[in-house]
Formats: sequence, C-alpha cells, structure tokens
Amino acid sequence: MAGIPHDHYEPKTAGERWLHKRLPIVGLMYDTIMIPTPKNLNWMWIWGIVLTFCLALQIVTGIILAMHYTPHVDKAFASIEHIMRNVNGGYFIRYLHMNGASLFFFAVYLHIFRGLYYGSYKAPREITWIVGMIIYLLMMGTAFMGYVLPWGQMSFWGATVITGLFGAIPGVGEAIQTWLLGGPAVDNATLNRFFSLHYLLPFVIAALVAVHIWAFHTTGNNNPTGVEVRRGSKAEAERDTVPFWPYFVIKDLFALAVILAVFFAIVGFMPNYLGHPDNYIEANPLATPAHIVPEWYFLPFYAILRAFTGDVWVVIAAEWLSFGIIDAKFFGVLAMFGAIAVMALAPWLDTSSVRSGRYRPMFKWWFALLVIDFIVLMWCGAMPAEEPYATISLIASAYWFAYFLVILPLLGVIEKPLPQPATIEEDFNAHYGPKATPAE
Amino acid sequence: MFRNIALIAASALTLTAGGALAAGEGGHVEDVAFAHEGPFGKFDQFQLQRGLQVFTEVCSACHGLKYVPIRTLSDPGGPGLPEDQVRAYAKQFTVTDRETGEDREAIPSDNFPANTGAGAPDLSLMAKARAGFHGPYGTGINQLFRGMGGPEYIHAILTSYTGEEKEEFGSFFYENTAFSTGWIAMAPPLSDDQVTYADGTPATVDQMAMDVASFLYWAAEPKLMDRKNAGFVSVLFLVLLSTLLYLTNKRLWAGVKGKKQHA
Repeated sequence: MAGIPHDHYEPKTAGERWLHKRLPIVGLMYDTIMIPTPKNLNWMWIWGIVLTFCLALQIVTGIILAMHYTPHVDKAFASIEHIMRNVNGGYFIRYLHMNGASLFFFAVYLHIFRGLYYGSYKAPREITWIVGMIIYLLMMGTAFMGYVLPWGQMSFWGATVITGLFGAIPGVGEAIQTWLLGGPAVDNATLNRFFSLHYLLPFVIAALVAVHIWAFHTTGNNNPTGVEVRRGSKAEAERDTVPFWPYFVIKDLFALAVILAVFFAIVGFMPNYLGHPDNYIEANPLATPAHIVPEWYFLPFYAILRAFTGDVWVVIAAEWLSFGIIDAKFFGVLAMFGAIAVMALAPWLDTSSVRSGRYRPMFKWWFALLVIDFIVLMWCGAMPAEEPYATISLIASAYWFAYFLVILPLLGVIEKPLPQPATIEEDFNAHYGPKATPAE
Repeated sequence: MFRNIALIAASALTLTAGGALAAGEGGHVEDVAFAHEGPFGKFDQFQLQRGLQVFTEVCSACHGLKYVPIRTLSDPGGPGLPEDQVRAYAKQFTVTDRETGEDREAIPSDNFPANTGAGAPDLSLMAKARAGFHGPYGTGINQLFRGMGGPEYIHAILTSYTGEEKEEFGSFFYENTAFSTGWIAMAPPLSDDQVTYADGTPATVDQMAMDVASFLYWAAEPKLMDRKNAGFVSVLFLVLLSTLLYLTNKRLWAGVKGKKQHA
C-alpha cells in the first residue's frame, strides 16, 4: 500500500509468479500484515484487534444461534429457552453472544476515546474517523435489533420506545415509524425484519472494517506523539517503525488474551450481570415494565435524549423559533443523534495544529472532563427521569456539545502547545534508550 | 496522562455501577447463602430433590414449569434422579400429545405441563426474572460471589407473609413485605411440616422456601455447573496463553527496545 516506504512481496517460484500476475492476493496480504507501524504505539492501540475479534465472535456465535432460533412472536422466547436447555453448548454460545455485545461496546468506547485524545481523527485520517463513526452507528443499530430478538419484556418495550423516537419527527414521523415496524405496533413483522437486518448488518460492518483498515493503512497509523513517520526513504522510515507482524500482532494478541480471560470469567461466572431480569419474562404488550432501561452501552445517549425536556430554555426557544415544529420530544431525538454527529465532525471542529493531546496542556483537562462527562451521562441514563438526575443530565449533555462545538475550536487558538519530539525514534529512545547494537 | 484518565474512569465506573443502578421500589429481600453461589458454587443435589418435592406437592397445584423438560431431572448437575424414578415421576402429569392431539400420561421427554388455571405465572425462569438485589439492579457488584438474587427473592416471597389479608373487588390479597406493592394475590402457600422430607430434614417454612428457591434456580439455569466449569477451564487456559504471549512479546521486543539509560 501507499504511504510509508517498505519492502513488498516478491513472488519467488514460477507458481507464485503465475498467481501474482493474475491476482496479487498474496501481495495484498503481505502488504497488509507487514505494514510499517510506529514503534511507540502504547497499550491504547490494542482495541482494534479486540474489536476485530468481537466482530468475528459475534458473527460466528450468531450464525450458530440463528440455526436454532425461531423469529416468530409465539416461538421466539421458547426457542431461546430451547437453545439454553437442549442445544449442545447452546447456553454458552448464547451467553458469549450476549456478553460479546458488551465487550464490543466496551472496546469501541475505549477505541474512540483513544482517537479523541491522540487526535487520530485529524488530517489526513478524517476518512478513517468518519468510516469508524458509521461502523459505530451500525453497531448500535445491530445491537438494538439483536436485543429485540429474545422477545422478552425489555426487548419488546425497548423496541417500542426506540422506534417511537422516529415517530417524533414532525409530519412524516408516524409514517416512518409504521414503515419501520411493518405495522401500527411492535409485532411479528417487526421481529422478522429485525432478525433479517440483525443478520445482515454485521456483514456490512465487516466490509466497512475493511475500508477502515484500508484508510489508515494508506495514511499510516497515528501514534502517541502524533508526529508522522518519516517517509523520505525506506531506511528513514525503518527507524520510526517496525513491521506489524510479528511485533504488534504478538503484543495485541497478548492484550487480547488478558481481556478474554476477564471476559470468559464474566461469561462463565456471572453471565447475566449486565442483562436485565425483565428480559427473562416473555414479551407482553399489555404489561409495561416499571422502568424501561436500555443496555448499558446506550445509556449516555439515552440520558441526552431525556435531558432536553419541555421546560429547558433551549427547547422552549427552539419550539418558538420553529413555530412549534420542533417540540421537546423531537428536540431530544435531534440532541441524541446530534451528540454522535458532533463527534463525527471532530476533524473539522478541532482547530489545533498539534495532533496528540500529550503536548496540549489545556486540552488534557477538558478531555479528562469529557471522559468523566461520558460516565456521568451513563449513570444518569440508568436513573429514573426525576431530580436531581434531570439537572445533572442536562449539564452533562450541555458539556458534551460544548466540548465539540466550543472548546475544541477555541483551544486551538488560545492554547500554547508543549514542544513535540522531532521524530518517533526520538520519543521511543527517550523511553527505552537507543539500541545498544544497531545491527543486532 | 491517558493511563490516569483510564484509571479514574475505571474507578468511577466501579463506584457508580453498583449503587447507581439501584433497585426499583419494592419489597425487602434478605440474602441467603445458597450452595450454588460464587465461581465455584455447586448445586446441593439433595436440596434440589427436596425442592422438587415442594414444587410437586405444593407449587405445581397452580404454577407451571413449561420450559423445563422432565428428563433433565436426571441430568448431572441437577437433582440427579435415577432414570426409572424420572419415568415414574413423569406419569403423574397429563399432557396433550403433539402428534395425536390426545391427552396421555407424560413421559420424560415431555416438558413439565404449563399451568395457567389459577392465573399464576410460570416458574421456569422466575429465579432469573426477578432482580433480587445483587448485581447492577441491586446494591453492588457482588453478583460474582453472592449470585443474582433471584432465588433470594423467591425465598423472601415465601417467608415474608405478615398474616394480614384484605379483599378488593372480590379478590383476596395477602400482605407480603417482599412483594413490590406489599400485597400479593397468592395465599401463603407454605406451613410448617407441609411436606415430609425423606431425608429427615425438618420441613420448616424457611427450609422449604430455601429448597424450592434453589430448585427453581436450577429450573431457570440448568446448565449452571457446566457453565462454571467451562468458564473456569477457559480462564485457566487464557491465563496460561497470556503468560506465554507475555514472554514471547518481551523476548520479541527486546531487540527493538534498547537498554534504558536512566530510570
């Protein structure tokens, strides 16, 4: 691939040359796996492998589960119990799939915040960032639809609430909601299309992951210094980088094994810890659960959705300025999607010329506050919609938007960055010392 | 910097996750130290058998267990009844044959019958469908060691009647401090010595409630012991793999990282 100069695949035997002329697939694999990677990547750069593993895990376990699952309102819940009781190893595969979603989101949040701190979204990596955000949106859609499939109480009422969000769109909302549900309410048609899409979207995600990797293999990885790899010559590049195989493959696999040890402990010893007990009650359209709570990974955005109630002045102003078209409910929906949209626009909102947060003394603190803000929002999303959580949600939501729309643009202008190392090699040697014998 | 933030974030999550996601309104549930709790907890086979007896003689009059196949009573990690006993046990239930459409005696491959006559909920998953008080919906992150709290909920419901009752619109309600609204439609089902245990265990209400709660947790989570075994073996191998990869990684990078000049 383009970018950092490095060795390419040379077909050696006649057979290899024959294939390479017709389909350079071995060369493509070689270039992908041997990509020069900044040698100073820290442990926050392991989440990509974890995420790739999660996607594979979810697809493999999901395909097996789909062999035994029945997408019908009268049979879905019973078919899950069939998997849990009668299918060989079914209980473990299902618990892996259930908790696999949580690991997936845990990893993706760390991956995203890594990118936000080290400025991985900045030029020339905007496409990588945008594709990543699309993947994240698709993950949320897939997880939401997957949660509906067991047809428990939370499945049903979660689906009712979330599809109801589209009903808040002025004018066409009700038509869109009916179209999404395949009828006036969540029913068999909804379950069938959610099953179909839940099976389809992971493969779309897989394709976008390939694009995501392609994009950052073109620009090269970012790294904790934010300083680019030198590309003047192969020799120069080699002083900043090591090939991905074996150096980072082994490092990432080590991290993955440690994370999986914790993951399997959760699956083996407390698989329902992150779930909701109500989802072991079959869906009943006539009985609404006391609290409808989404899965933990949706909580921050759920808090933003609920934060903008009708008595907040921004909402009142919006309603007045739009002649009542944007009411509180629609404002909440806009805020929820807007919270992700402003994150996607980070490459153009951040005006700082310095990439890595490591050399941005003021940015560091605002970023730390953003991380705390995210956790506070997650906490608020789990709480009932009453005081003091409503006010806390509102303040936390306001900070989320302020970070992207005000702080990032302003900091670039007023902040005086710290000196950055000239090269990755310099940073690496400052940590580990220069190599004793260069030709080892 | 990032490490500090990650640490702060992790500790904040740990601190908030438990207390924050507090239980909804509802009754008072006491913890019970069940044998099946904790990473190495196992079902007490004799307790499951006693619980099965309580379910059969008392609960099954109104409650069904429709997702539980009768044959699983002989599965290892469960009540572990001998197969001939299971065959004899099955005969007391009448089921509708799926092929002929006629009623017949149940055989082990049938599920326990559904029972909706009295309007009582099915108990197959009850022990997982009630929050109890451990885990995110309870008071802390102690689910790993003290279980989900579902069996505790069942035990509490069965032992928390105050003896008060009232009539509303022709239905009777019984005061129960464990039930969410404080008044439950189920009459107190247990009284001392209601069943006679073959193993001579005194059949107090508390004992029967614990036994049947344990049995119903098995009914909801029949693969609990297989799951914990699989989890333990997985963790063991992953720790071993991590160690090997750690050593490999260290060796591999030794050639890239120079000797550190100063600490």
